Amino acid sequence: MNENSKDTRRARTWGIVFLVFAALMLVLFLPGTTGSQRTTFAFDLELSEALPIGSLTFSTQGGLYLLVVLAVFLGAWQLAKGFKQVYLILGVVVLAFVLAFLTWAARDNSMNMTGMLQATLLRAVPITLAALSGVMCERCAVINIGIEGMMLTGAFTSALIGSLTQNVWVGLFAALSAGGLMGALLAVMAIRYKVDQIIAGTAINILATGLTSYFSSRYLQSIPELNRPPTFVQLPLPVLSRIPIVGPVLFTNTAPVYLMLILVAVIHVMLFYTRWGLRTRAVGEHPQAADTLGVNVFKTRYVNVILGGMIAGLGGAYLVLSSVARFDENMTAGRGFIGLAAMIFGKWSPIGALAASLIFGFADSLRTNLAILRVPIPSQFLLMAPYLVTMIVLAGVVGRANPPAADGQPYEKQ
Amino acid sequence: MPPVLELKGITKRFPGVLANDHIDLTLEEGKVLALLGENGAGKSTLMNVLYGLYTPDEGEIFVRGQKVDIHGPGDAIALGIGMVHQHFMLVPVLTVTENVMLGMESIKNKLFLDREVAAKRIHEISEQYGLDVDPYAMVGDLPVGIQQRVEIIKLLYRQADILILDEPTAVLTPQEVHGLFQVIRSLLAKGKSIIFISHKLKEVLEISDSIVVLRGGRIAGSALPQESNERSLASLMVGREVILTVAKEKAQPKEPVLEVKNLRVMGEGAHVVVRDVSFDVRAGEIVGVAGVQGNGQTELVESLTGLRPAQGGAVRLLGKDVTHASPRVITEAGTSHVPEDRQRDGLVLSYPIADNLIMNTYYLPPIARGVVLQEAAIKERAERLVAEYDVRTPSIMTPVGSLSGGNQQKVIVARELSRPDQLVIASQPTRGLDVGSIEYIHSQLIRKRDEGAAVLVVSAELDEILSLADRIVVMFEGRIMDIVPIEKATREDIGLLMAGIHPDEHGADVVATKEAA
Repeated sequence: MNENSKDTRRARTWGIVFLVFAALMLVLFLPGTTGSQRTTFAFDLELSEALPIGSLTFSTQGGLYLLVVLAVFLGAWQLAKGFKQVYLILGVVVLAFVLAFLTWAARDNSMNMTGMLQATLLRAVPITLAALSGVMCERCAVINIGIEGMMLTGAFTSALIGSLTQNVWVGLFAALSAGGLMGALLAVMAIRYKVDQIIAGTAINILATGLTSYFSSRYLQSIPELNRPPTFVQLPLPVLSRIPIVGPVLFTNTAPVYLMLILVAVIHVMLFYTRWGLRTRAVGEHPQAADTLGVNVFKTRYVNVILGGMIAGLGGAYLVLSSVARFDENMTAGRGFIGLAAMIFGKWSPIGALAASLIFGFADSLRTNLAILRVPIPSQFLLMAPYLVTMIVLAGVVGRANPPAADGQPYEKQ
Repeated sequence: MPPVLELKGITKRFPGVLANDHIDLTLEEGKVLALLGENGAGKSTLMNVLYGLYTPDEGEIFVRGQKVDIHGPGDAIALGIGMVHQHFMLVPVLTVTENVMLGMESIKNKLFLDREVAAKRIHEISEQYGLDVDPYAMVGDLPVGIQQRVEIIKLLYRQADILILDEPTAVLTPQEVHGLFQVIRSLLAKGKSIIFISHKLKEVLEISDSIVVLRGGRIAGSALPQESNERSLASLMVGREVILTVAKEKAQPKEPVLEVKNLRVMGEGAHVVVRDVSFDVRAGEIVGVAGVQGNGQTELVESLTGLRPAQGGAVRLLGKDVTHASPRVITEAGTSHVPEDRQRDGLVLSYPIADNLIMNTYYLPPIARGVVLQEAAIKERAERLVAEYDVRTPSIMTPVGSLSGGNQQKVIVARELSRPDQLVIASQPTRGLDVGSIEYIHSQLIRKRDEGAAVLVVSAELDEILSLADRIVVMFEGRIMDIVPIEKATREDIGLLMAGIHPDEHGADVVATKEAA
């Protein structure tokens, strides 16, 4: 009896939440529009191999009403009968809300959806890599707060070595090694010397900021030859890149982007379906149990933390070698920390981390798009958007996320 | 045929301590060897030597007549030695199969875990030894008794034939102990040999084929169960005569100190777990609350001490209503509380003994003068209480966490019983303690009673209730089944009441009618 009434109450709450979203759409977006305004969503990109599919133009108010009706319907259905997959429906309602926002923002104007999705993925790449680095470390119970510093080291190394050799792959490899070295430093501090892991990670961040800033201002900024790395070229995949929308977004990318997607899949499979993954998770949850069964706790942790450092280094290299082609002081700009938030939001799973990073990436790309559309929201607020999303997500949506039980505790043999 | 396992002259020294002093042990095939000893007697050290977690300073180990060197759990497993630790070595968020296969995983396609093959083997082992368990269940969702089966399956999966069970009954209910003993018998029937570590005399007498008693790192003696009794084993273990039955005068109850009327308390998850409970405790008597763990006793005590809000009913302390009073008000009214989980609720493990001893008086003179703590007074009190309550510690500044369980409990008892209390609430006061400490804590509770305090003892150990209490409150599913004066209490009747059955006056058992909630 008790359980049932609790369930119905929760189901009802969700129904009301959906209706609140519908009401918000009505109140926030409809008043600013007129019946004659039209919204255009474009889907074709210039210089793209994808087959053109044109664009979608519709009455702004018509589109808004349609989305409101959808949300109202879902809310009413939830109240009356209830959905089995409430979280999926919540996703649909939030998506309708975002679409309503875009419809409103792009009234009497045009917004390129494919472009925005593309930007979403690209901006999510470094965040995802940071989150993956976190997953690698925390699944075996080493907290890595130094991801930011490892990324910065990777970025600097890739710029320097890339410039010297004029070879992107050598630059990338250098970044992996530098990240791995920073990972090894964290591992030695956290595992061998049992330094508090938050302090050790912070030390790595300060060390990396200091070193890269010094060498950057001393050499890289004054000697242009040292800060002119080549960049990765786009590698459109044959045939796949010609699919509309999906082609340009997923299949027309640089090598590091593909590498990130492959890493997400590989780490996910490795973590949950292989011997290494089982041992890693056991070490993260109950290291003594693993030890009594002959699993080497220290070795597992060293390997994972060093690999985690390499992945963070890759994230740094991506920032340099995929777009800006130069190193600037503090160019990671907090992505390592947002990656940690994505890891928690994604509940310490690689695929979850990717999904969370995409949300952050979307918030980031929305900011740029809205600035172009001259939406009357102060740009400072738009700049805050990704961080607001981070906080809301961490405080509310995730609920109680369960980190690995031994997270942050050094292991001592008895 | 040589014995399956032989230890000869095992010696292990730690800085300042001789943990094992030339220990000899022989385990015959298909037999249970019980290793009996108080906490700190060196049982765990010896087994950790055998399991490869410690390297012995002297001595030799022979497995089936062959001399062996064991450098780690891996070596021990390879020799067929497996150990069920007192604190289970299980990962709660992994399934039974994953826990069992960890460290020797079945692999398919050279990379991927083969859960099906492992689950099938677990199923076979389950069938063979009567260890029923669902291979795909999450370990964290299983009750403690089943988790212990998983631990045993883990050993059998590794083809261990020498099984070390370290205090296996400490966490089990009486029914689960019974189940464990059946499992042990079926293991013996299949030729496994078992080392059974315990300090519970009754269990050792029931299950073992031979008994070795350790004391202070040495072998104090060995015995055969059929030639021993609890008394003889206890004195071997403690090194002197032990009084197993508590000596006490007949109670002289006076006015009621604690009156509980129709108390209702919610547990975790918003279920009512204490249902309309009414009883009183008088000055100068001990009331024992008997019941299988998890029948509302924990929540009852938490509510009486102000740690958990009451949903209904009334609690009166010395005539004053304290139903919704804060813990401090209840404490200051003269209540002392020995909590169930001494490490979580009773002590701050990283604090020194001296600081733990002032936890409920730190704001009162002479400990505090204004906002300043008085070092001298704290030291003086600690020195006095440590001596008075026989806490064995190198110094009063030793962190409480590094003391043995018995001495930790003595620190709590010293803190709580050294005040002029009117009411003592002691929850599982001797859980996990050695005979010496149990004897001491029981005598302190009786002293308190004889000084005129009302004492409420909650225990899952029926023997403890029967030897301490003047009246027994039996709880089942949150209700009081009956309140029995000690003169009329028998083991059988109380046991039936604990299971929810009223022993009828005509001798026939009738199942208690469960009223609708």
